[in-house]
Amino acid sequence: MRAWTPSPARPAPVNTIGAWGWVRRNLMATPRDMVMTLLAAAFLFWLLDVVIGWAFLNASFTGVDRSACLKQVQGACWPFIEAKFGQFIYGRYPEAERWRVNLVFAAGIIGLLPMLIPAAPYKRVNAVFLLGFFPVFAFALLTGGMFGLTEVSTSDWGGLLVTLVVAITGIVASLPLGIALALGRRAQLPVLRALCIGFIEIFRGVPLITVLFMASVMLPLFLPDGVNFDKLMRCLIGVALFSSAYMAEVVRGGLQAIPKGQVEAAAALGMSYWKTTRLIVLPQALKMVVPGIVNTFIGLFKDTTLVLIVGLFDLLGIVQLHFTDASWATPETHITGYVFAGFVFWAFCFAMSRYSIFMEKRLSTDAD
Amino acid sequence: MSYFKRRDVLAQLVTAALALLAVSWLVGNVMSNLERQNISTGFGFLSERAGFGINQTLINYNEDDTYFRVLLVGLSNTLLVSTLGVIFASLIGFSVGVARLSSNWLVSRIAMVYVEIFRNVPLLLQIMFWYFGVLRNLPSPRRATAIGDSIFLTNRGLILPWFEAGAGAWVYLPAIGLLIAGFFFMRRRALRSRLLTGAPTPVWRIMAGLALLLVALLYVFVGFPFSADMPALKGFNFRGGLVVIPEFAALLLALSLYTAAFIAEIVRAGIMSVNKGQTEAASALGLPEARTLNLVVLPQALRVIIPPLTSQYLNLTKNSSLAVAIAYPDIVSVFAGTTLTQVGQAVEIIFITMMIYLTLSLLTSFAMNQYNRRVALVGQNT
Repeated sequence: MRAWTPSPARPAPVNTIGAWGWVRRNLMATPRDMVMTLLAAAFLFWLLDVVIGWAFLNASFTGVDRSACLKQVQGACWPFIEAKFGQFIYGRYPEAERWRVNLVFAAGIIGLLPMLIPAAPYKRVNAVFLLGFFPVFAFALLTGGMFGLTEVSTSDWGGLLVTLVVAITGIVASLPLGIALALGRRAQLPVLRALCIGFIEIFRGVPLITVLFMASVMLPLFLPDGVNFDKLMRCLIGVALFSSAYMAEVVRGGLQAIPKGQVEAAAALGMSYWKTTRLIVLPQALKMVVPGIVNTFIGLFKDTTLVLIVGLFDLLGIVQLHFTDASWATPETHITGYVFAGFVFWAFCFAMSRYSIFMEKRLSTDAD
Repeated sequence: MSYFKRRDVLAQLVTAALALLAVSWLVGNVMSNLERQNISTGFGFLSERAGFGINQTLINYNEDDTYFRVLLVGLSNTLLVSTLGVIFASLIGFSVGVARLSSNWLVSRIAMVYVEIFRNVPLLLQIMFWYFGVLRNLPSPRRATAIGDSIFLTNRGLILPWFEAGAGAWVYLPAIGLLIAGFFFMRRRALRSRLLTGAPTPVWRIMAGLALLLVALLYVFVGFPFSADMPALKGFNFRGGLVVIPEFAALLLALSLYTAAFIAEIVRAGIMSVNKGQTEAASALGLPEARTLNLVVLPQALRVIIPPLTSQYLNLTKNSSLAVAIAYPDIVSVFAGTTLTQVGQAVEIIFITMMIYLTLSLLTSFAMNQYNRRVALVGQNT
């Protein structure tokens, strides 16, 4: 009896495998594709030529004033960034006291990193450190005026320091406020619901800049005579209220996606409203809207630049301010400054968006 | 649930009382503060003389006009930049979103890099980059960069050839409106008759014929009252032509490119939400790629795209308020800025500005919701 032996599988056609196969499939599948590839490659070549030429080949790297950057062929003026770097990070914070800012940055990173790494232990202790201890510590250290530290007025704060203070305060304040507003908007109580809807819709309907104008021009009018906050504080309040309205809508999306059966099952087990919300509804709802929450954070981080319009000097504001320095006035100073600031903002936002994708995958309980 | 527990009623009463108390406290503070600082109240200032110039006005305006006129000028400038921004952002956004899904590796990568760069950099920075970094660095009018011999790039703005309308030119406007309305009417009838009988109607050819006829009629009766208005260098600046001020160009450019990055992601998500079987079925029927996209994929994707697209349009309108940073005369800049500084009545002015943005937001959402309803309904019927 003859056993049936299948003939061995033939190898894949040569032109569909390996690097060449990849090129054929992804770059020149059809004649139209070939034309597109050529056009795209030409565009890319032109762009890289411009960018590399500007940032490296024709750029100036050393120098102490504008004369270093006044060349025949124009390129980036990097010495400008180098000379102003301290200002861009700390603003007018006194140089002798900058260690305090550095210490706060370091404490923040030490607190935040283990929080972001899922495998790191002691999450609870860490959270207490980050949300309880760190804000007090940072506030005391940055403003001073106690424990023998010299007082530094917030009007001297600037640069990345202000950007981070506004962004982090906004992020920390907007999440609980937003959750409260979202719960209020879905509450059974008409008065509470109406108040929450009014708040959310008004803040979402107007531009942040008018809210900041309101905070900086009108807030003093709303308070009794003699009571006043400094400008940074007023902006912080404006930014926090504004972003909590957006956060509320994101959280509401998550709340609406929870099947009614979950709440009913909790009620059947005799759980109270707060217990149901805390243990059943919010954990599921928040998990679902992680991308939305991070997007709101990213938006908030970018929106911190608006404080420059009401006269605070965040990173962009301080870069803008130093363009007026006559000893660095060159045709390329502006673009160099913007590219630097843009890169810093981009790095923060891009990192946040990548982290959100990572968390989304990690938190996903879908079987796949 | 239509009944309330006693505790709930109590809680509501307390909330309402607290809210009222807070509001009355705030209003009381405002009143006493205004009185103390001798700031007048009321909207009387709107009829006072403004006394400052504005460098882009769509309606007639001069320094002797009132603050109310200033409000209208600012509003029209906001509407102009938002409308054009929405159009450009949609065009760029849809193209990039489609390119992002292209089977061509290079094209999709370029689209991805575009999206990642433009949406992760603050809009205000982009506006300032284009304004202070690029457009203000252009050569002066005497050394202007010329494209062809009628378009000029200068640090005073982009100068384009334009036309001058003579007597009777207004007749052309309703005629064009009629033509556009006719086109949509024709298309609807053509679709209906095609669904009933299967016979196609050459809509475009008929419309081209009608347009020619209309132009011929207009030419016979009112002539052609338009003349070209070419820009020319006279002394230190250009005369004639249409001057697009650099503030406007920078704002429009930044708003369009920034919002387009978000629209591209929305379009990509929308297209990806359409079942792959739809594309495969279309290609099995022999539809070419472009028509598959236009006739099969996009109509279905629109249902997913429209709601987030609406909020992008709203964002763009609200973001146009960043104009104040480069002094483009939008409503925030000339009204909540210059007017507020001159008059000092912060409460009224900020209130009016916020109300206008709220109204714009509500109107846009209303219009987009109407469109959304139509798109959604079509989806259910097929």
